[in-house]
Amino acid sequence: MGESMDDVESRIKELVAKSKNLPVTDVRMDSTFDELQIDSLDKINLSFEVEEMFAIEIPDDSLNSLKTVGDVVRGVEMLRAATPADSAAS
Amino acid sequence: MKRVVVTGLGCVTPIGNSVESFRDSVYAGRTGIAPFDLSSLPGALSPDPSIRFKTSGKVKDFRPTENPEHRLSSSFILTSEVGAQFGIIAARQAVAHSGLLQHHDPTSIAIITGCSCGGRGADEDANRNLYLRNARVPPTAIIRTMASSGTSNIAIENGITGPTLNISTACASGTHAIGLAFQMVRAGIAPAAIAGGYEGALTYGFLRAWDSMRVVSPTSCRPFSADRDGMTLGEGAAMLILESLETAQARGAHIYAEIVGFGMSADAHHVTKPRAEGAALAMRRALEDAAQSGIDSPAGRIGYINAHGTGTPTNDAVEAAAIHQALGELAPHIPVGATKSLTGHSIGAAGAIEALATVLALDAASLPHTAGVTEVDPTLNLNILINEPLPLTPGKDLALSNSLAFGGLNAVLAFRRYLS
Repeated sequence: MGESMDDVESRIKELVAKSKNLPVTDVRMDSTFDELQIDSLDKINLSFEVEEMFAIEIPDDSLNSLKTVGDVVRGVEMLRAATPADSAAS
Repeated sequence: MKRVVVTGLGCVTPIGNSVESFRDSVYAGRTGIAPFDLSSLPGALSPDPSIRFKTSGKVKDFRPTENPEHRLSSSFILTSEVGAQFGIIAARQAVAHSGLLQHHDPTSIAIITGCSCGGRGADEDANRNLYLRNARVPPTAIIRTMASSGTSNIAIENGITGPTLNISTACASGTHAIGLAFQMVRAGIAPAAIAGGYEGALTYGFLRAWDSMRVVSPTSCRPFSADRDGMTLGEGAAMLILESLETAQARGAHIYAEIVGFGMSADAHHVTKPRAEGAALAMRRALEDAAQSGIDSPAGRIGYINAHGTGTPTNDAVEAAAIHQALGELAPHIPVGATKSLTGHSIGAAGAIEALATVLALDAASLPHTAGVTEVDPTLNLNILINEPLPLTPGKDLALSNSLAFGGLNAVLAFRRYLS
């Protein structure tokens, strides 16, 4: 897949920061969605963008368990590990 | 019935993103119509297939993520397209300007808007990607394309929980919205209202569709000019704050004008071919409504008509015929102007922007001229305002603002100059 955990983390942090119009330094791995004022619609939209960015599909039942930015980063890594390399986005 | 007055104004338009700059442009005859680059629009084909027209009335310097006056939260950015954002900012200006929330219960205030085209940009983006490459459709496509997304966001921003709705009647949407809000405040259904229109639909697909209609000017909008050759498309928003005369007086608010009548009709004839009888009926109904408000002989008191005036050969001829039908021998003498020569035609927002121009004209007792007219079409037999603003004739304190929509849906507002 050619992308380290750090790369995934920085890309997701940038996505979150952009969506909430925040400096990326305000987005930490342990930032909760509540702290970042990410509501249910933001979460649906972010999930869509993460899915598009990493060519993965986040199962509906996993969505509710995502509470922090770190949850998303780790979830993406898990899904990417289970995805054939040639189907992942660059 | 309560008397209804206008105590707050806001706008985002091709000729100014504040009421002050809009007013300055109106009286200077400064147009917001300028050439656009079709190939720069999202989804534009290359090479540019070329269309018949090259100009539009675009809003300038609207930067909701940078300009503090236009700043919108990430939630508003996520859930609205540009037209709705124009509406949110115009409403913000009008609310602040009037002191609405300091003097009225937000659980009772009404919000009535007009928007016809909704979030076309989001719709076109989603569909282009869906149909061309089977891409997934973003979850925000639904809410961004709703014509009422601006309406909802105005309620959210201001914490207003009263009767709130959006009207879609094509080019008359904004006028219908103000008219309905007027009726609600007059009847005591709501103590005050935010009323107006917004539209931001200058997308690639929209421009190409209008090109196919063959009604857009290859040069520039020149309403009532003998050489007029079509309309020019525009975008923007305008919002008015309406409340009863009693509350406005009690709190010492500045009153820009009074609304005294509203008339509606349908041509019931043809979707794109207007019929003078329909527009004339709406004008007569607005005047009958004014008479019900206690104004004696309202037709004889009309000092200004802000015409729908799109600049198409057909619209202007039919509107002129309607003015003659409705007003008879008075018609050739009443000053008539058209704001679209400066702003272009912003569809659902047009009636609201023109109501704003009408209110400002009555407040200043000065009638803006129609820009771009080379020679008034003599066959219309109307007193078209050209060259420079004209003082409002004393005693002629009423003004009509006409909106005649595609589909034959007509709406006319009657305003009166307010003297304390």
